[in-house]
Amino acid sequence: MIDTKPPLGTLPDGDRSTPELEVVPVRAYGRWIATVLALTALVGLVGSLARNDNVHWDVVGDYLFAPLIFDGLTTTLWLTAAAMALGLGLGTLIAVMRLSASPVLYAVATGFVWVFRGTPLLVQIIFWGYAAALYHSVQIGIPFTHVTFFQAETNSLLTPAVAALLALGLNEAAYASEIVRAGIQSVDPGQTEAAHSLGMRPALTLRRIVLPQAMRVIIPPMGNETINMLKMTALVSVISAHDLMSNIQDVYAQNYQVIPMLVVASIWYLALVTVLGVPQAWLERRYGRGTARGGHVSPFRRLFAGAGGLFPQRNNKNDTSDTIEEGGR
Amino acid sequence: MSTPMVRAEGVRKHFGRLEVLKGIDLTVERGQVCCLLGPSGSGKSTFLRCINHLERIDGGRLSVDGELVGHRRHGDRLHELREREVAERRRDIGMVFQRFNLFPHMTALENITEAPVRVGGASRADAREQGMVLLEEVGLRDRAHHYPAQLSGGQQQRVAIARALAMRPKVMLFDEPTSALDPELVGDVLDVMRRLAADGMTMVVVTHEIGFAREVGDTAVFMDEGVVVEAGDPSRVLVEPEQERTRAFLSKVL
Repeated sequence: MIDTKPPLGTLPDGDRSTPELEVVPVRAYGRWIATVLALTALVGLVGSLARNDNVHWDVVGDYLFAPLIFDGLTTTLWLTAAAMALGLGLGTLIAVMRLSASPVLYAVATGFVWVFRGTPLLVQIIFWGYAAALYHSVQIGIPFTHVTFFQAETNSLLTPAVAALLALGLNEAAYASEIVRAGIQSVDPGQTEAAHSLGMRPALTLRRIVLPQAMRVIIPPMGNETINMLKMTALVSVISAHDLMSNIQDVYAQNYQVIPMLVVASIWYLALVTVLGVPQAWLERRYGRGTARGGHVSPFRRLFAGAGGLFPQRNNKNDTSDTIEEGGR
Repeated sequence: MSTPMVRAEGVRKHFGRLEVLKGIDLTVERGQVCCLLGPSGSGKSTFLRCINHLERIDGGRLSVDGELVGHRRHGDRLHELREREVAERRRDIGMVFQRFNLFPHMTALENITEAPVRVGGASRADAREQGMVLLEEVGLRDRAHHYPAQLSGGQQQRVAIARALAMRPKVMLFDEPTSALDPELVGDVLDVMRRLAADGMTMVVVTHEIGFAREVGDTAVFMDEGVVVEAGDPSRVLVEPEQERTRAFLSKVL
């Protein structure tokens, strides 16, 4: 007798000859309704702001590019950059100390994080601003001897700008150290072993093998921290460090145009934060080498790419194009 | 007689209260291939990792090419070496891991050239040239600019072997080099190791590949519970072992 059953795992002959069927995507009615509602709300809000006389758009226009505002912007920018550099450098050192075998180094690093993360930044800023009340002069020398290498009045050293930098930088170091530590610990210990077995020393291993891999974990939260820092520099206006916010306050203290001046400040902070996204995306690509990740494309980019993010696609080829396809087997 | 390449005398190691190595004596002569076999937890991988000081030994002596590993002798005392000195001695000892441990942020070629350039002081051009020769030898010349994630397990392991060879080691340690591979990829890696042995490289191989041990090994060492149960010619140890424990193990894996 002839067995008419097809082998397991194959379709019966009859089904194979049917014409190719069209796939109809799900109609997302709910998504359409939500989109229309969101657009309406957005148009309404922008319209009401644009037509509101209390905003005084003329004042906003007058001050948006005023020299005083640019001076403040410059200070805000260098303060952000310097505080982040100090934070990341010191933070990496503290992270390594916390991973050290020495209990003293561990305790010192942990204590640092405990203090600087555990007190409000505003308090720390004012504290550094008034540090001269604590120590009238600064001396660097060998403890318990009369040997002194350096001596100066605290007030001449701790200008508002320096106090602001110290406050922001040390506070940032506490947070950055935790981010760097998490990054270092995310790297497989086998990487360190492989590097050591090749004769690489611990410092070289950290620099060439561990940190570059840790960067993938470190960069996204550090990008967040940078954005936060840019905005937190506004707090140093309490010690008149002449950043953007200090200068904005100086202006509205005289002309009483509080809302328009705050709009000016907001426009600039928003603009700077937007620009900051560019180097972050570049860094993520740079340190993402060799991984298949980073393939997510936002619906926004798909919209501008012309694919129409709101319309479900029949053919999803575009979405997989940036993942690594070569298996090489 | 020349000094043996690897010499272990009464090597002891414990993790906390657990004694993993209970006095291992072992000698590997120049150009020989020594295969370490045994059930998991027998201490064979730990012993291998002691040879290049990835694990510190707690007792006994271990030397590679006549030099103590991880210690310096002063009279009756063994002084532990500094990281820098340990790193220097490790250059002569190549190691291949079960999980490959290639550096994922570097291409195959960069993986190979990293240590010769940064540690060995080779020029970038020389290292690249040598790296391409090594890739050719493991049959992966066309994969030089691929990242590890773009390579199969077998290809990754062959790159890892080339990476270890780039430091021109005196001895190569293999820690279950084929255990993480799909069965059809094991052959390529064993082929590379077979050729390496034929070229006269001294090798210590922790493996479950009985066939490889019998064919390529000059000595087979069977370990269990931190001691060497039986050692000798693979055709004897792996075919008609004297010890009951060896026989029981072989009957399970064959």
